[in-house]
Amino acid sequence: MALDREEVLHIAKLARLDLTEDEIATFSAQLSEILNHFDVLRTVDTEGVEPTAHTLPLHDVYAEDEARPSMAQADVLAMAPVTEEGYLRVRAVLE
Amino acid sequence: MPELHELTIRECAALLQRREVSSRDLTQNALARIEALEPKLRAFLTVTSELALAQADAADMLLRAGDRRELLGVPVAIKDVLITKGVRTTCGSKMLEEFVPPYEATVVRRLFEAGAVMVGKTNMDEFAMGSSTENSAYHPTHNPWDLTRVPGGSSGGSAVAVAAGEATYALGSDTGGSIRQPAALCGVVGMKPTYGRVSRYGLVAFASSLDQVGPFTRDVHDCALVLNAICGHDACDSTSAPVDVPDFTEGLDRGVKGMRIGVPREYLPDTLDAGVRARIDEALRALETQGATVDFDLTLPSTEAALAVYYIIAPSEASANLARYDGVKYGFSYRRGESMWEDMEKTRGLGFGAEVKRRIMIGTYALSSGYYDAYYLKAQKVRTVIRREFDAAFEKYDAIVGPVTPTPAFKIGEKTGDPMEMYLNDVFTLPVNIAGLPGISVPAGFVEGLPVGLQIIGKPFDEATVLRVAKACEGMQSWRAARPPL
Repeated sequence: MALDREEVLHIAKLARLDLTEDEIATFSAQLSEILNHFDVLRTVDTEGVEPTAHTLPLHDVYAEDEARPSMAQADVLAMAPVTEEGYLRVRAVLE
Repeated sequence: MPELHELTIRECAALLQRREVSSRDLTQNALARIEALEPKLRAFLTVTSELALAQADAADMLLRAGDRRELLGVPVAIKDVLITKGVRTTCGSKMLEEFVPPYEATVVRRLFEAGAVMVGKTNMDEFAMGSSTENSAYHPTHNPWDLTRVPGGSSGGSAVAVAAGEATYALGSDTGGSIRQPAALCGVVGMKPTYGRVSRYGLVAFASSLDQVGPFTRDVHDCALVLNAICGHDACDSTSAPVDVPDFTEGLDRGVKGMRIGVPREYLPDTLDAGVRARIDEALRALETQGATVDFDLTLPSTEAALAVYYIIAPSEASANLARYDGVKYGFSYRRGESMWEDMEKTRGLGFGAEVKRRIMIGTYALSSGYYDAYYLKAQKVRTVIRREFDAAFEKYDAIVGPVTPTPAFKIGEKTGDPMEMYLNDVFTLPVNIAGLPGISVPAGFVEGLPVGLQIIGKPFDEATVLRVAKACEGMQSWRAARPPL
């Protein structure tokens, strides 16, 4: 399994990562090597085996339906790059 | 009498309670030690002197009033992956260089409620991705036993702080070995509890099904003391287990007589460093001498596949978790692009370092359309197989023992060019995260002046047995018996 430049750019776009030319070249080689290593999984027989998402026997954990105080709006927005009237400001998503 | 920076938590507590030293004495001593050693070690990203002295003074008031809790007034260092309210939390990344969190991680809150004094936030591989602390966006950290070598990672700063006496104990996080591996390479005790034992609320997420918080300490008893403070159910973490927490200091000294210890063949490969092998063999003989049966017939056939499972599952979860760094809500934000998408791509391209980008790429690929079944789903199925192999082993054995790392600490820069070579550091530790088990590294001696760690792995929620075996091994090589040449 080897990743070419086009595939690296496609994955980077899915991940919303801007890569430099150097990174594209390096990742193309390194990701190919790492993916080759994943072939070892084919040697493990998983016929009829259920997947494990995490190791605890816990599912659908519910909290009591009761109101509790939350963090103050000002505290939550304090670290935002740009805010306006209590909102996070973003650039136009649709053009 | 040992110097203040050499004391264990238990020894500090005894001196504090007898009023022979104050928390302010201990804290000032730790801060002075940090100031003197940091130019060489660089274990910290932020030193919180003012907060520490205020916490020390508050602790001294409680001590004068007769408060006898053991963590009260004792200096701790916290890995910068844990959210600290009002104290910058970078996660070793430029993405969070100026991030000051609005809330406290549950583990930090629990330590503060127990009277801990935080001296600072420690260096780490960016977003906890790495095995050497060289992936910190700020600077590498140096191993106190040989400054030209890495301390391990990703919790390298916490391991060094404890090994060098900059703090009495520390917290780290372990996703594939990030507590046990640096503990081994720096010669201190480091434990990853069972998945679900310690709350992850306020732990900056890397791989949510694998991440777990745990302590670095100078001895096994201290490890038990810190576990007592940080373990337990937390409604803020839906994967926190509603399981009772015993007093982990009880029964520590009961010994290993009659215990059955399994040593997996796959953990003693021919490629294992001969010096490491010798120290592990000595530890196993010591356990036999104390009445345990040591069985070398154990086999965990999926050990080799575990590396691939880990490097699919962890990056997949990371690629989803790190989607939150978009330059909108908090963190680094690039704002000079032509469009919203360009800003977001540049924010992430400039804000993340090489290893983080590499793992986001692997994870995005493994989860992408057409590859999901072959990679992510297959890895999750092999994960089940790995857990079943451990479950079967624990029907025969009380604990599984082996090395923590294939070699002692390597040179700074030696493995940075080859990700696969770096990933191989974690072959013996990451199966434990995949299976969600508790595991500890205890000092097992030295190879040419460099520490070696012994790993002890237990059944889910059976930290007590792991600690008991660890305590039995501890007599061989304690932190105090040999200190780093600083």
